Amino acid sequence: MKVEPLTSRSISVEINGETYEHEVDARRLLVHFLRDDLELTGTHVGCDTGNCGACTVHLDGLSIKSCMMLAVQADGATIETVESLAQDGRLQPLQQAFSDHHALQCGYCTPGMLMSAKHLLDHNPEPTEGEIRKAIQGNICRCTGYVNIVAAIMAASKGEVSA
Amino acid sequence: MTETTVTPERPITVEGTETKRGWAGQSVPRKEDKRLVQGQGVFFDDVKRHGMGYLHFVRSPYAHAGITSIDVSKAAELEGVYGTLIGEEVAALTDPFFELSTPPGAHIKDYALAVGKVRFMGEPVAAVVATTRELARDAADLVEVEYEPLDTLVGGEQALADGAPILHDDAGSNVVWSGVFDWGEIDTALAEADHVVKIERLHFDRFSSTPLECSGCLVEYERATGQWTLFCNHQMPGVGAIWMGPALRVGLDKLRFVTHDIGGGFGNKICLHPYYVACCLLARKLKRPVQWTEWRTDQHTANGHGNERTFLDIEVPVKSDGTMLGFKVRAIDDCGAFPRYEPLGCIIWAQVTPGCYRWRNVRVDFTQVCTNKSPVSPNRGYSRMQHLWLTERIIDIVAQELELDPVEIRKRNYIKADEFPYETPNGCIYDSGDYARCLDIALDLIDYKGLVARRRDAESRGKLLGFGIGSTLDSGTNNFGQSQLLNPDLQFSGNNEVATVKLDIFGELIVTLGTVPQGQGHETVASQLVADLLGVTPDDVYVRPGHDSFWNSHAGFSGTYASQFAVTGLEAVKGATLQLADQIKRLAGVILGGVGSDAIELADGFARIKDNPEAALPFMACGAIINANNAGLPPELDDVTLNCRYVYRPPFQVPDKERNFGNLTLTYATQIHACFVEVDRETGVYEIVDYAAVDDCGTRIHPQIVEGQVHGATAHALGAATHEIFVYDEDGMLLTSNFYDYHVPHALDMPPIKTGHIESPSPFNSLGTKGMGEGGGAGIHVVGAALQDALRPLGRPIVTRSCNPYHRVWELMTTPEESRALVEVERR
Repeated sequence: MKVEPLTSRSISVEINGETYEHEVDARRLLVHFLRDDLELTGTHVGCDTGNCGACTVHLDGLSIKSCMMLAVQADGATIETVESLAQDGRLQPLQQAFSDHHALQCGYCTPGMLMSAKHLLDHNPEPTEGEIRKAIQGNICRCTGYVNIVAAIMAASKGEVSA
Repeated sequence: MTETTVTPERPITVEGTETKRGWAGQSVPRKEDKRLVQGQGVFFDDVKRHGMGYLHFVRSPYAHAGITSIDVSKAAELEGVYGTLIGEEVAALTDPFFELSTPPGAHIKDYALAVGKVRFMGEPVAAVVATTRELARDAADLVEVEYEPLDTLVGGEQALADGAPILHDDAGSNVVWSGVFDWGEIDTALAEADHVVKIERLHFDRFSSTPLECSGCLVEYERATGQWTLFCNHQMPGVGAIWMGPALRVGLDKLRFVTHDIGGGFGNKICLHPYYVACCLLARKLKRPVQWTEWRTDQHTANGHGNERTFLDIEVPVKSDGTMLGFKVRAIDDCGAFPRYEPLGCIIWAQVTPGCYRWRNVRVDFTQVCTNKSPVSPNRGYSRMQHLWLTERIIDIVAQELELDPVEIRKRNYIKADEFPYETPNGCIYDSGDYARCLDIALDLIDYKGLVARRRDAESRGKLLGFGIGSTLDSGTNNFGQSQLLNPDLQFSGNNEVATVKLDIFGELIVTLGTVPQGQGHETVASQLVADLLGVTPDDVYVRPGHDSFWNSHAGFSGTYASQFAVTGLEAVKGATLQLADQIKRLAGVILGGVGSDAIELADGFARIKDNPEAALPFMACGAIINANNAGLPPELDDVTLNCRYVYRPPFQVPDKERNFGNLTLTYATQIHACFVEVDRETGVYEIVDYAAVDDCGTRIHPQIVEGQVHGATAHALGAATHEIFVYDEDGMLLTSNFYDYHVPHALDMPPIKTGHIESPSPFNSLGTKGMGEGGGAGIHVVGAALQDALRPLGRPIVTRSCNPYHRVWELMTTPEESRALVEVERR
């Protein structure tokens, strides 16, 4: 008897504290699952090769590019996206620092940039400028030249953000 | 880290306001940020509609080939596929896009999909729409296209050679446009000069600023009205509609462009009309919304590249004291397979004909050609950047060959601060500036005085230190009349931009802009101006994000391009706000007992009697009276709507077509950059070790945004100077088609940037502002100059290309005679 391979399956993922059960195509990229199936459109797509980092999210505590992973691979995982950062309408310090320092122009890279920066500060609360640049080297920004992004992450690490 | 050397003495207060709060001039928090940092921005790809289908283009794997057959049947049979479109249908249902050029370019036929023949790798030949992105891609793979490969043309100079393959049979030539611009007396200057420096060839490489968000749209077709709505990221919808309407055989009333947040544009989102027309045809054909999101590889292979330009037979007359009298050059511009926005680039450079210099004799023999490469689109610094690179290369090559100091030769040839407004040989009016002062600030920032010690220090570490300067202008607010210098029959001239400002029932102040921002913070900047003029705070002003052609706040040239918002956009906002202020005062005068509007002031959200502030009417009451409680108002208020629209038109004339003479842009912002590089003697690998960017864009409304633009323009230029290049092989295959191969600056690539500024207000608009943001590519010029300086001890090679990755530096180091052979000095 010929067995047809499964082309979709049901997954369960915890995203930003909420559990989602969803049938997904086996070839659905995680980023498209987030954006198109769950309407979590804060995570962006900027390339098709894993270079730009606009789709960066946290998966089980790791900072990953969600265009480089299939949704089915995330089954059982805990994910945080940019939508998890602000609480009750109050910006997370990195978000406030980005605004204070004009670390975003078009804002397209910003969600991924914030998630990479958050991962850095979660693991290295007092980074040097070199460590900051290294931590965001997988995130491309075409607007800012990174000058103000580095300044914003530095400010957030020192708690120097406006109220 | 950024160091700002000069801070404004006081915030600027806009004239004409009764209040003195001076929001303009301060870096207030950006309105856009709150949504964007939370991932709540609305980009076109975030928008969904019930029953929409995803479009995928079938693209040519060949650079040049005849299309023998297209069979979509297998794709159409796939479950979940809604439908297809091929070139033959496009040719039947649409007319070719209009061409701006005179013949031969005028005869080029450009459609939404390839018709009969493909002319560049990645050109769309068919489109498939399906239920999901993935399925559309699958279906596209099932479309069978038979090609008959043709000889390929990849070089601009080869396009003019006898026997070259002809891309467009209708044109009968690869030339799009050609013409000679001759100002002053270059032959006399060359005859009378003490020295003539000749440069055989320079080449400005092909690159693009590659916005992180790719292009795309979601198109809905309404059968009842025949109207298309495009949720999109077109950055110049006014002109997009002018292309699309006639092609689709409809009036502009049938095309509604809606943008919200746009993930960067840089000019690359101006020539989207072929893709959008295909989407429109499919939305109508399939009776459902059609969504198209360009893939990154598609953007690199087939969307807008920057213009590639070869400069030949340059001759520069120089006096013995280093005074330069002008130059002559033959320029060949390679616009890729279709002109689209071209041949406008054949004249746009003339906005900055002599660069920053007092050169009075210039002859440019300009030819634009088609090749089997991606079509070009305006790219940050459009066409002026290429020309300014030429002027900066000229100055540094002359300096090196005649043993002149790069600082001194610039200062000797710069237009002087007391010469503004300065008329260039071709009639452009440089409004204001102080180039020498900007240069001094840049030199201070990088500690130029320490040059000798730094050279010695670098040498001790096996490095060669190089010093470079880039002096550029960012000409802003186009006079579209310059298009008539290319084609006298074109009916474009002047420029315009629109804004509306209204006061609504509950006191809401609502601003709509014709501009189409892509990160420039227009919501914030517009609110600063409105707040100053109405006596409120920026928080009280709601500026609608994005653009909508149905807001009645756009005109033919609406959009965000060519460094103009600070002039055209803000003048429109100011005009509309002043009208509203006047109406509020007249209304309040009547309500508060019949005083004249002169007696009313606007402050703290009230219209009140100046001499009796107790007698005050809140804006909310004004809005409510006019909109909802207007019985008994006297006839003299009949024209008061509290909903004011203003169209700003800059003061332009149509240029003189006989002499190619006239003012082509309203304002000229200055960028003077300086840097040190260190080149490794063993490998050619180099690093920018100190960098300063000094900017003068006149009055700054939001200094932080201005500085952000300076950073961004510098990053683009440094990318283009060091790594970013679209490389084609001899078969026309693009070798750098994604971010793996096409290396844009990452955080570790960017050197520390020091910034400084001066403010030379423009006398040509009421705000003193100048458009800025494109930046003139100063970073490209400065790196080239510094590399040439660093390599001087290794046989004095000449930097002849705009992009100098390490392997090119290595070639310059190891075979200096090759580039030296391109330069000759005639000493008299």
